[in-house]
Amino acid sequence: MMVLILMVGIFQSWNIALSIFNLCLISAVMTMGANIQWGYAGLINFGIMGYTALGGLAAVLISVDPVQEAWRAGGFDILMSLWLIVVMVLVIRFILKRFEKSKIRTYSIAAIIISGILLIRFSAEPGIEAIEAVDPAKTGFLGGFGLPIIFSWIVGALFAGGLAFIVGKVALGLRADYLAIATLLISEIVIAIIKHEDWLTRGVKNVIGLKRPAPYEVDLQTTDWFIKLVEKFNAGKLSVIDNLADRQAALNQLVIEGSSVFVKLCYSGLFLVVVIILLILTQKALYSPWGRMMRAIRDNEEAANAMGKNVVKQHLLIFILGSAIVGIAGAMLVTQDGLFTPGSYRPMRYTFLIWVMVIVGGSGNNFGAILGGFVVWFLWIEAAPISLFLINFFTAGIPETNALKAHLIESVPYFRFLLMGLGLLFIMRYRPKGILPEKIEIK
Amino acid sequence: MDFVNAIILLLNYIFIPALTYGSQLALGAIFVTLIYGILRFANFATGDMMSFGTMATILFTWYFQSLGVSLGVLPTALLAIPFGIIFMIFYMLLIDKFVFKYYRNQKSPPVQFAMVSIGVMFVTQAVVRIIIGPGDRRFFDGEKFIIKAREFKEMTGLNEGLALKSTQVITIFVTIVLVSLLFWFLNRTKTGKSMKAYSDNEDLALLSGIDPKKIVLVTWVIAGILATIGGALYGLDKSFKPFTYFNNMLPIFAAAIVGGIGNPFGAFLGGYVIAFSEILLTYAYKKFFMYILPESMEPNSLVQLLSTDYKFAVSFSILVIVLIYRPSGIFKGKVL
Repeated sequence: MMVLILMVGIFQSWNIALSIFNLCLISAVMTMGANIQWGYAGLINFGIMGYTALGGLAAVLISVDPVQEAWRAGGFDILMSLWLIVVMVLVIRFILKRFEKSKIRTYSIAAIIISGILLIRFSAEPGIEAIEAVDPAKTGFLGGFGLPIIFSWIVGALFAGGLAFIVGKVALGLRADYLAIATLLISEIVIAIIKHEDWLTRGVKNVIGLKRPAPYEVDLQTTDWFIKLVEKFNAGKLSVIDNLADRQAALNQLVIEGSSVFVKLCYSGLFLVVVIILLILTQKALYSPWGRMMRAIRDNEEAANAMGKNVVKQHLLIFILGSAIVGIAGAMLVTQDGLFTPGSYRPMRYTFLIWVMVIVGGSGNNFGAILGGFVVWFLWIEAAPISLFLINFFTAGIPETNALKAHLIESVPYFRFLLMGLGLLFIMRYRPKGILPEKIEIK
Repeated sequence: MDFVNAIILLLNYIFIPALTYGSQLALGAIFVTLIYGILRFANFATGDMMSFGTMATILFTWYFQSLGVSLGVLPTALLAIPFGIIFMIFYMLLIDKFVFKYYRNQKSPPVQFAMVSIGVMFVTQAVVRIIIGPGDRRFFDGEKFIIKAREFKEMTGLNEGLALKSTQVITIFVTIVLVSLLFWFLNRTKTGKSMKAYSDNEDLALLSGIDPKKIVLVTWVIAGILATIGGALYGLDKSFKPFTYFNNMLPIFAAAIVGGIGNPFGAFLGGYVIAFSEILLTYAYKKFFMYILPESMEPNSLVQLLSTDYKFAVSFSILVIVLIYRPSGIFKGKVL
């Protein structure tokens, strides 16, 4: 796999190779999250998109500077509504605890929720409008806390875990394929909220120019030590050029290229640290008594239950853990892109593709999950060039003006779907446990 | 007079669009429910299969148009639908033979089927996009309106216009015919009854001599008909875009589950439940209240329960509520 990425570096460019590598790392984190749920516990979670988006939201809320004007304009109304929500939840909890299950209880809870939502709508409306009116081209939202964006990786995990707690409480009792549908639909609801609550996320107007944990290319290009470094690396190349002006121009070009490679390398380092930490933790968990218990629950729920294991609680726990890892990946993704675009969260890319990674890599095996993330993401990106090459190869005898050939070349980007689908189908058929199957050592 | 205006308003903006959209959803939901009930898996390729059928229909429509064949005031697509259906059924049987059959023989758990159907989803999506491209396609021809809003106003002298698109009438009419035929088939013919028996208890059905191969074949044929017609009607009414079809899978699932999965009649009604609740909850009632309330009580705001952005979210929330409180669906399907 590394060889393939190195090949991209040599044949296409180091920039592309590194961006593929970084996204491979992020995909690997997401896949590990899904793998914990599916491989360890047999819980199917098609809501990965929602947790990724929440992680991204955390990145925005942590790193963006607070918009003082917006807080003055509508902060009070928003806090008021937040307080109302808390009251509502407490009242419902109280009713659930205090009264026996009955029709009246169900109806009264429904009534509280509906009237609560209406009340919040009326109380928050003026605040929301005021906030969204504050310089809508640039801000129009509350902003965040102005902290370093790295913190958001933890906060993203907390957000995603919180959502997973609610979803788990609601949906975990369902049969497997219904859990899949329910989580998919809930994640769509989450995306709808993130897309349309402009006061919180700017919605489809996107948040751009987020802070970075890595230096900026422009700064690097004017830093002395960096220029010297580039000069040192390319000493051989530069010494061939005799003319001083030419050499300076070549050096400038190299510095510009080098700076973006350097920034990407910084990200790679950070992501690699996360992947390694997670890998160590998940491996430890897999071979711990807890991991054995999870497998026991997965393989025979009733027997595990009879042995006194609290299946419901453990399912909820692992659902939260897995989702939290996906939340980290979501925050990492936004950190690397430097922008938050709620419109780009689509189930195809953020749910189904991740599942292809899990299945192809090997469910229940953490190395398999990472491998799946790498292989599938690499193919996803490189599918277009590969299929372009194949089309050109097979239609070499046909003239360029041929309508069929032109049509095929035009639709090259969609061959990646074909490749993914066929890959998934073949793996499911001939190697149902994935490339690296689950290995359980009995000591 | 104001009261009549208010009624027309609701008819024009809520009732007719919801009925049309509901019919389109209902066809898809019956498709999902049949596959679930008889082949026993949640088919994630639903939306893309519908888009494949629609694509075939569009290609035949273009072919007929190039030949100069047309149905006059009716859209040419109606002529193309039967050919689209044949194409679709052929594709489905191909997929079944090469993909699903193996897992059926292995008696794989439903989750595995669902995963496999995701593979089919990817492949179908690729095929559709490679053949026809991801863009927006309109393939409607013929007379667009049966009643135009302006003509209606002139005719009746009311303030509110009532526009009736021919696609809406075609959708509702075709759905009624198709669904009644389907229920007649399921409840009255021998094959239909044996399908039901197979869905209720596979082993007993096999014991009583029902041929599973035939059941599977008939199921795919019916599914092909439903998918193509449902997809083509949606495409005629709005427009054809592969991505929209993929997204439509979600409300269709919601409709099938709300109605009680495995229960075709429930799925049929579920489609309308989803469509009406989506439109009723996101419609701005300001104008309606302006007509029926005296001037002093007129509302200032839009009187909209939820903004239209949450259209999809409404149907999903309904689904989640149903799953929690009544997992077998409103009309009693299988208990999940």
